[in-house]
Amino acid sequence: MTDIFLNERYIGTTESAKDLIKQVRAERRKGVLPAELNFHHDQEYDEMFFDTTRGRARRPLIVVENGKSKLTEQHIQELKNGTIKWEKLVKDGVIEYIDAAEEENCYTSLSEEELTKEHTHLEISPLAMLGLCSSLVPFSNFCASSKLIRGSKMLKQSIGIYAANFLLRMDTDVNVLHYPQKPLTKTFMDEIFESDKHPAGQNIVIALMSYEGYNMEDAIVINKGSVERGFARSSFFKPFNAEELRYQGGLVDEVCIPDKEVKGFRTEKDYRLLEEDGIVYTGAKVKDEDVIIGKVSPPRFLGEFEEFNIATNVKRESSISLTRGEYGIVDMTLLTENEEGNRLVQLRLRQPRILEVGDKFASRHGQKGVVSLLVPPQDMPFSASGIVPDLIFSPHSIPSRMTISHLIEIVAGKTGALKGEYIDGTTFDSVSEKEIRKMLKEEGFRDNGTETFYSGITGKQYHAKIYVGNMYYLKLKHMVANKLHARATGKIQLLTRQPIEGRSQGGGLRLGEMEKDCFVAHGASMLLKERFDSDKTLLYVCEECGMIAVYDSYKHKEYCTKCGSNVKVSLIEVAYAFKLLIDELKSLCIYPKLLLGRKY
Amino acid sequence: MTLPKHLHDKVEKYSKKYKITDKEKAETARRVEEKYEKAKISPGEAIGIITAESFGEPSTQLTLDVFHFAGVSEMQVTVGLPRLIEIFDARKRPSTPRMELKLKAKYSKTTDMVREIAMKIKETKLGDVAQEITINVAKANIEIVLDKKKLRELDIKPKAVFDKIVTEMKSLEVKGGDESIIIKPKEKDLLLSEIYKLKEKAKQIHVRGLEGVTHVLPVKDENGYTILCAGSNLEQALELEEVEKETIMTNDIFEVSKIFGIEGAREAIIREATKVLKDQGISIDVRHIMLLVDVMTMTGNIKGITRTGITGEKESVIARATFETPIKHLINASLIGERDDLNSVVENVILNQPVPLGTGLPGLIAKTADMEKDE
Repeated sequence: MTDIFLNERYIGTTESAKDLIKQVRAERRKGVLPAELNFHHDQEYDEMFFDTTRGRARRPLIVVENGKSKLTEQHIQELKNGTIKWEKLVKDGVIEYIDAAEEENCYTSLSEEELTKEHTHLEISPLAMLGLCSSLVPFSNFCASSKLIRGSKMLKQSIGIYAANFLLRMDTDVNVLHYPQKPLTKTFMDEIFESDKHPAGQNIVIALMSYEGYNMEDAIVINKGSVERGFARSSFFKPFNAEELRYQGGLVDEVCIPDKEVKGFRTEKDYRLLEEDGIVYTGAKVKDEDVIIGKVSPPRFLGEFEEFNIATNVKRESSISLTRGEYGIVDMTLLTENEEGNRLVQLRLRQPRILEVGDKFASRHGQKGVVSLLVPPQDMPFSASGIVPDLIFSPHSIPSRMTISHLIEIVAGKTGALKGEYIDGTTFDSVSEKEIRKMLKEEGFRDNGTETFYSGITGKQYHAKIYVGNMYYLKLKHMVANKLHARATGKIQLLTRQPIEGRSQGGGLRLGEMEKDCFVAHGASMLLKERFDSDKTLLYVCEECGMIAVYDSYKHKEYCTKCGSNVKVSLIEVAYAFKLLIDELKSLCIYPKLLLGRKY
Repeated sequence: MTLPKHLHDKVEKYSKKYKITDKEKAETARRVEEKYEKAKISPGEAIGIITAESFGEPSTQLTLDVFHFAGVSEMQVTVGLPRLIEIFDARKRPSTPRMELKLKAKYSKTTDMVREIAMKIKETKLGDVAQEITINVAKANIEIVLDKKKLRELDIKPKAVFDKIVTEMKSLEVKGGDESIIIKPKEKDLLLSEIYKLKEKAKQIHVRGLEGVTHVLPVKDENGYTILCAGSNLEQALELEEVEKETIMTNDIFEVSKIFGIEGAREAIIREATKVLKDQGISIDVRHIMLLVDVMTMTGNIKGITRTGITGEKESVIARATFETPIKHLINASLIGERDDLNSVVENVILNQPVPLGTGLPGLIAKTADMEKDE
């Protein structure tokens, strides 16, 4: 006796589970029962589950009956002609959607040739095992799986055109690539995904060689000529907004050019770019601490204060400005209202980003690298036919990572560029290496993809033949301009008097525990002390009781609060954090007595 | 001449061997001395931290492949970082104790002979040779039926088993013959649960072999047979006739310490640590390991690098508080009025003073005018 559950709810029992399954399956295929229904028989506990709920991951499989696929040549022909549609196949029971639970009761074959009588389903294509991003990697069946994962992860970070209406949108911190291209080596997914509508990279000429040691450890060398021709240029968009908030007592914020009377007025120069309405004009080049939206707010505290103060109506300055180090062009302004009906000013800043040393690039095969050098075109190596690569990639990045697909894409891209056609790099179903070699040879090139190269500096021919070809390269969203950071002095934390953390606030870079150990291991004792001097303070210490004493700046005299002024009080230099430690010990009822001695 | 004796002797020996002139000999000695002086560690070198870094950096790579030990032998041995931690924490027992016993040549002529010895070494308990152990509720006794086949296989006489039970269970009456043995408590009116406990205890009676050795595996190499044991019992292994006593190896450091003393333990720790690192393909200069082990063993007892071991015995209160359980250390220090002379690194980093190492070590010995006035 088998218990039956429908949508997790007990509905009854059956004596003949097998017949029931047969019947339900047949009726679903006929269309009597909905195609959304999935069922599964747990033989261990003898329970059957029927499920029609939403939220299950389901995938289509070809139905197999008596070891024969129900999808016939005729179906395929009709699909090609467009006389029938996918939906019809589902309706006719040629294709079934199977959920994770039902899969447990299925015996699925990967290929039609391997079908036996026991099989219940046939995979439409082995490609179904790959996700969207991994399907976009060409020749990925020639790539180590770990690198394929990295490659598809980096595809997500590549910059291209994320939405066709990006000029009308107010997205936070987005990048848009100028002159994006379709990949020369495509996969089936590029068609389905319509990647030509939102491309994410550019086809460039890449040479596998070393260049003056500048491409060690995954660094990449780039032709400056290519940069000047517009390779990997992008725009970075950043929105700003100001809201006219309403306060108690009918007071409102006001977007305007602030008066000189306003509390916290900056300098005249900071407001120079504002138009009459208090908003900077579109197309203005702004930088550093320029005000982009002028705004004044009512005073913070109202009340009794008013009676005494004449200047009660002095307003506060609350303009929106750029932080130090920021720059850009005002791209668009938008005046609107928000949900609460407050006037809202939105403004979009555009930063042109020209490729620079430190930007991150990657191919689609998990081969990432950082630009280490921009070489003037005349110093770049060139081929016998005069081709100058856009990018020089280190050959050391290949062997240990086994990204053969990277190498294949280079030759495939090369043949594609020479023949003027797209090359199919679909996983398991790509143009074979043999064909690529044949095509290359037909075009008059060496079939292994190498070419004679000459040094751009000396003009001499290299002994080795250089592997060169075209490849789809991605600019990733990690750019130095967003990460560059340095600090000499700046803001400190209130409690510890140590520098604050974080680039956005101009914080310091922490010299941590292990870095400290390195200084000690080098014996650089004085340097270490200097590093940790960020919170040094002078403390008066009573030599009698060993506690912190007080300095009276009126009388120019120091005294101990416990022992009075007739004791010896000395000045010591310690970290402020140590003073805090002493205070904390005191709060634990521990008496931390400082015994002073001579330094030398 | 400041050369140590063994170096001096070596210079003498080689100069005689290669028949060099006195002048050349003097030059050789000078150069050896120069090298020797150079090899000395200068005062103020932070050897402890260099040792820590030498261990710390490669052990970050170690963690990745710890649990992927695909052993050919049936014995699972803790390797990698867990084992290293175990060694330096000075755990009382290794998680996988192991012993290697090399057999003497005359006892390893045939495989049968070796297997026999191996079975002798493996610990056999009463539970292993008994077919069944039952409690007779009515008579309030325990009946043990011996497994004859097993006994024959292991070459144990029923009499021997009987004698063992007699010696182990002195408070009990033991009766019986070759096939079954009856144990009866001398005291009457024992509760059933107590008899049950007795039964469990009887199962654990040690019949033969080395206590604690749960598995044995004879391995043949070019020099004869070695028996690998899971479980270690150095004391009893040393009494075995068939084993070459000089070559017994165990990974139980405390056992080595108990039998051979602290110097033996020191060698054992060095050997174990080196083995772990070598297996992982990491090369650390043995002097780093030696320094660490010297610190662990210098008191005569093995002390781990834990808050109860050597770290907890640091002189400085602040240094101890920095490591683990700060409040405990601070409160205990305040109870006895401890004094911290700020002689090591952490204290001085906390106070932002130069650390007494490297450039921070040397001081000035001079009296200034006002110092003299003070006195």
